[in-house]
Amino acid sequence: MNRRPVSEADLHAWLDGELPPARRLEVDAWLAEQPEAAARLRAYAEIDHGLHVLYDDVLAEPVPARLRAAATAAPPRRRAAGWARAAAAAGWLLLGGVAGWSGHTWIGPDGIGGVSELEVAHEALAAHVVYVPEVRHPVEVEAAQGAHLAAWLSKRMGHPIRPPALEVLGFQLLGGRLLPDGSGQPAAQFMYQDATGHRLTLYVTRCDDVRETAFRFTSRDGLDAFYWADGVLNYALVGDIGREALEGAAHEVYRQLEL
Amino acid sequence: MSREFGAALVAEIPRLRRYARALTGDAARADDLVQDCLERAWSRLHLFRAGSALRPWLFSILHNLHANAARAFSRTPPGVDLDPDALGEAVAPAHDVQIELGELERALHRLPEEQRAVLLLVGLEQLSYQEAAEVLGVPIGTVMSRLSRARERLRGLLGGVEGPRLRRVK
Repeated sequence: MNRRPVSEADLHAWLDGELPPARRLEVDAWLAEQPEAAARLRAYAEIDHGLHVLYDDVLAEPVPARLRAAATAAPPRRRAAGWARAAAAAGWLLLGGVAGWSGHTWIGPDGIGGVSELEVAHEALAAHVVYVPEVRHPVEVEAAQGAHLAAWLSKRMGHPIRPPALEVLGFQLLGGRLLPDGSGQPAAQFMYQDATGHRLTLYVTRCDDVRETAFRFTSRDGLDAFYWADGVLNYALVGDIGREALEGAAHEVYRQLEL
Repeated sequence: MSREFGAALVAEIPRLRRYARALTGDAARADDLVQDCLERAWSRLHLFRAGSALRPWLFSILHNLHANAARAFSRTPPGVDLDPDALGEAVAPAHDVQIELGELERALHRLPEEQRAVLLLVGLEQLSYQEAAEVLGVPIGTVMSRLSRARERLRGLLGGVEGPRLRRVK
């Protein structure tokens, strides 16, 4: 019988269950004739067993509260460091391997946003429902007047604001309008449309303080919204393009607004 | 999706803690590492491929965090195995082949970092060679050679050609 020689790697693979059945039988037969190698394997097995005896108790320990919290609730978003923002501005983050810089691309647990952000999201959903069906006048100022649109909304909002470009996702900017938010303050709504007629709206309001939150998700009547706070502005991106696609669009909006 | 992800993370905590405890030998440091790992997992959720195994992915995050932290404390160039024979010379071979768990634990932490990680991933966490290679970001052949060296080094440190017989001393 012609047997392949048994290598050191074979012995470990035998122990670790990595050998195909046929080879395993060959090694079994070889070990029967090699008491020294068999003893060595028993020693290795004892070591593995000893590791379990040493550390398996950890599995039965109660999970510390801080770890449970870290697992179930996403942490506060970390602010982009200056260099990271500069890198983003230089377009480095669009390169494949690092697409989506991790510091601001995570999703918070559903429905655990601050109350005020969630209210903003609900306003955004309501505004979406009201204006998206408009065929003739979906916007007050059309995208063609881009500079005017940004200047006008910035002035009324009391804060520089410009519509992100979502062509990369297949959405063209239709334009924007000014609305009263829930407390009567100015809110901006930008509307986008893709080739199939799906529309997205980005709703922007001022907040009273400077805050940052995670991306949050909410949904009502088949309409989805991702919303977040960044600096003095609240954002909500609304659409019915599916949660994943909307999430991707929200990341893109965030990325552009961060610059 | 995020709620399911959170539940899946909770389910992995005991395994992450066991690996981190064995890797660091320090309960508090291990839990810090696990916490960092969980937070990093959230921030990298978009990089997790749906349908792929969560556990190796988490182990790889934890491993990278640990390696980065270890690098900050050590001048040992990362990715370079220490000469395994140089370590053993300080340890006289034990006359008694019966070893204690404490000896195993001390010997484990005398191993070069790379060897300890491979031994724990395969011998304790029972990852496949392929999974261990992915966790550590090295070729599968490197996993096998490190594993072989780790086991042989431990066997030497524990002084047993016959193999250690473990008895629990606590």
